Amino acid sequence: MNRFWCLFFVASAVLAVVVFSIGPACGWWFPGVAASPLGQQIDDLFYLILAITGVTFIGVHAVLGYILWKFTGKDGKRADFQHGSHTLEVVWSIVPAGVLLFIALYQMDVWAAFRMKSRFDQEALANPIAEVTARQFEWRIRYPAPGKVLQDTPQPDDLYTVNDLHAPAGKPVVIKLRSEDVLHSFFLPHLRVKQDAVPGLVIPVWFEANEPKAYDLVCAELCGWGHYKMRGQLTAQPQADFDAYMQKLKETQFDDGFKEAAGE
Amino acid sequence: MSTLNPTAGTLAGHGHGDGHSHGAHHNPGFISKYIFSTDHKVIGIQFLITTLLMLFVGGGLALGVRWQLAFPWRELPIFGRLLFGSQGAGISPEFYTMMFTMHATVMIFLVIIPILAGAFGNFLIPLQIGADDMAFPVLNMLSYWFMWPAIFLFGASFFVEGGAAAGGWTSYPPLSGIQQAAPASGMGQTLWLLAVTCVGVSSMMGSVNYMTTIINMRAPGLTLFRLPMTIWGMFITAILQAFALPVLTAAGFMLVFDRLLGTTFFVPGGLVVNNAAPTVGGGQALLWQHLFWFYSHPAVYIMLLPAMGMVSDILACFSRKPLFGYRPMVYSMAAIAGLGFIVWGHHMFTSGMNPALGMTFMVSTMMIALPSAVKTFNWLGTMWGGNIQFTVPMINAIAFVSMFVVGGLSGIWMASVPTDIYFHDTYYIVAHFHYVLFGATLFGVFGSIQFWFPKMFGRMMSERLGKLHFILTFIGFNGTFFPMHLLGIAGFPRRLADPYQYPVFEHLRPLNQGMTYFAILMGFAQFILLFNFFYSMFKGKKAGRNPWNANGLEWTAPSPPGHGNFESVPVVYRGPYEYASPLVEADYLMQTTFVAHEDRHVDPDQIEHHA
Repeated sequence: MNRFWCLFFVASAVLAVVVFSIGPACGWWFPGVAASPLGQQIDDLFYLILAITGVTFIGVHAVLGYILWKFTGKDGKRADFQHGSHTLEVVWSIVPAGVLLFIALYQMDVWAAFRMKSRFDQEALANPIAEVTARQFEWRIRYPAPGKVLQDTPQPDDLYTVNDLHAPAGKPVVIKLRSEDVLHSFFLPHLRVKQDAVPGLVIPVWFEANEPKAYDLVCAELCGWGHYKMRGQLTAQPQADFDAYMQKLKETQFDDGFKEAAGE
Repeated sequence: MSTLNPTAGTLAGHGHGDGHSHGAHHNPGFISKYIFSTDHKVIGIQFLITTLLMLFVGGGLALGVRWQLAFPWRELPIFGRLLFGSQGAGISPEFYTMMFTMHATVMIFLVIIPILAGAFGNFLIPLQIGADDMAFPVLNMLSYWFMWPAIFLFGASFFVEGGAAAGGWTSYPPLSGIQQAAPASGMGQTLWLLAVTCVGVSSMMGSVNYMTTIINMRAPGLTLFRLPMTIWGMFITAILQAFALPVLTAAGFMLVFDRLLGTTFFVPGGLVVNNAAPTVGGGQALLWQHLFWFYSHPAVYIMLLPAMGMVSDILACFSRKPLFGYRPMVYSMAAIAGLGFIVWGHHMFTSGMNPALGMTFMVSTMMIALPSAVKTFNWLGTMWGGNIQFTVPMINAIAFVSMFVVGGLSGIWMASVPTDIYFHDTYYIVAHFHYVLFGATLFGVFGSIQFWFPKMFGRMMSERLGKLHFILTFIGFNGTFFPMHLLGIAGFPRRLADPYQYPVFEHLRPLNQGMTYFAILMGFAQFILLFNFFYSMFKGKKAGRNPWNANGLEWTAPSPPGHGNFESVPVVYRGPYEYASPLVEADYLMQTTFVAHEDRHVDPDQIEHHA
């Protein structure tokens, strides 16, 4: 009966490994391969840490299972009178310290590439495609007029959309992220991009979508009762389509309803 | 070592070690004995019962959250018609945000912190250090009674206009700072802040008391390095609390001033919230996050270190073997506490703070994983070579170790800034902290309740019911929380009333439904604990002084100990983990047992010296 507990804990650990292994097959995994170069680097780091933690998890539970099997209490048995081991303490302090320090230092570069302005694509930084202003419970998007550069303050010829962000695919683009009321967070799950929108701050965010297609834009910071419905969409398009879209947006926005009748 | 009892004069003349039977001529009325008691044991049990009841309140709110995630907008069983009869009996999104806010609030401020420091800290500190009570018994009583205004304010906030606070337990302004930002950002949020302040006052009173008691009132011979790990856990927690809590209290008042007096600590100017007039002033929304996490990250360890200590005691006792690496265990606890003050920024990697800070916080956060790893290895070392007894406290303690490993390892992704960009505010975080706070701390608490119950009430809890409760809770817990890792990997965000609005998360609905069934199982399993607790209190098997053959000082006192705890001042000869000592024939050797040279089982010179 005492062996029951060994099997109980080992079985739960095995089940954990099994669930993690079948996750991708069941669709309980990343929403597709990362759709951006930086996202792929983040995924690679995820799998690196998964390998390290996976080995640790299995190792610790194998030892735990062995202990529970081997040292199950028996009448008349006596435990070892043992208070510790200096050597072991040194080993199991230094080894994890090295591994952890490696993980930390190894990741610095990806973080720098994501957030350090000096590492941004300078041309994209100088020409942000849009200003995205979050508010309860929508994303307001302000584009500069075609051929112009986005100004800090709204211009008469700026173009506006709501919840519908378009960007050229296949190259890094920058948006300026703001909030009009409370905290929000600009989350593109497929691209592995997340940045809080903070009232009072204007935060440049860059991303690059590999494929021209539509991606979900999720608000990831609690912003009130309607947080769940603050849904937007990023449409990545080839540059030519993007330019055409902007042109069409301009025509629609400044359409005053009067048209010269064709051919008269 | 001072054993002076500074309160002897105020406690009806009950000096320390005067040899007579305590309580014999001390006959307080019912109210001063059980309600406004200054006896640390009664206060501890008051805390324990209060927090156990709050566990059911917090659990009920959690089941509401689970229901919404599995079956959004569908009729809530039992309570739906009562609460939302006019709107289809489903949970409203306003109420959903309230539920997860108050679930976290209740579980953190009214269950985990007070059950560790309040219940076990109070009950165990004087007993394990051989004192007759706390240093400041009246302060101790007040620390319990300051919980009640908090409970009352949290409870009342559900009934004010707009309802209880719904800005998350982190209460980030401007959502929590501007009254118009949400229906619940009105009176409910103010009450929430005041209640948290009351809990803080309660914790601070306890913390001052614990530090003083542990430093000044140890029994003769009980040096610092002979203290049980439980006491080390409580001591370090008390220090953490004393240094971290004032920051939260100050921040709380600043937010109250922002809300009521027109200051602008946290609210920038020019915000148009919900069509209200634009805000004026020049505050910083990120300031709150820094202040809040400066307390709340150490608070994570406040919610863990005492449980680590108690689990160390249980593991050694039921392995019938000395604790492996006592000093490394103490040092790693101290390291966790020290590093705990310089890692708060890892909650803010995506918040917009200076990205260079992200790098430093990543390194410090990685380093705090090190002492946690050292502790885990030492727990395994404790069991290695033991004679393991699978009692209910022991299986809960083993579950603590196993679950803590999961929670600790998943934390590495969050400590790494690049992967945290993706995981921040997803269910990966939710999985992580539930593995630490429930998987580790709460299983540790379940084990500790069963372990020290005989000392509290003089009766044993049922092993059979305890095992049934453990198995069901363990299955329910893992079934609920393990899949949250997968949700997190899928990018599933926290705090959405209806995540399936997004097509990218639609396929996760069946998984969420399965998790909800496990959560319901786990919830109902807690009634077994409740039954076992109250049934055993009156009908359990009678326990002697030392039912587990353990070594600690608390086991030399009667079960339950009378007023003043010990019949005479205990004198301590050794640490609390001398199990399987070759000095004696029994496999335990109590801290108070004097072994004369001629009585020794073997010649001490023959014992190979390990440590």
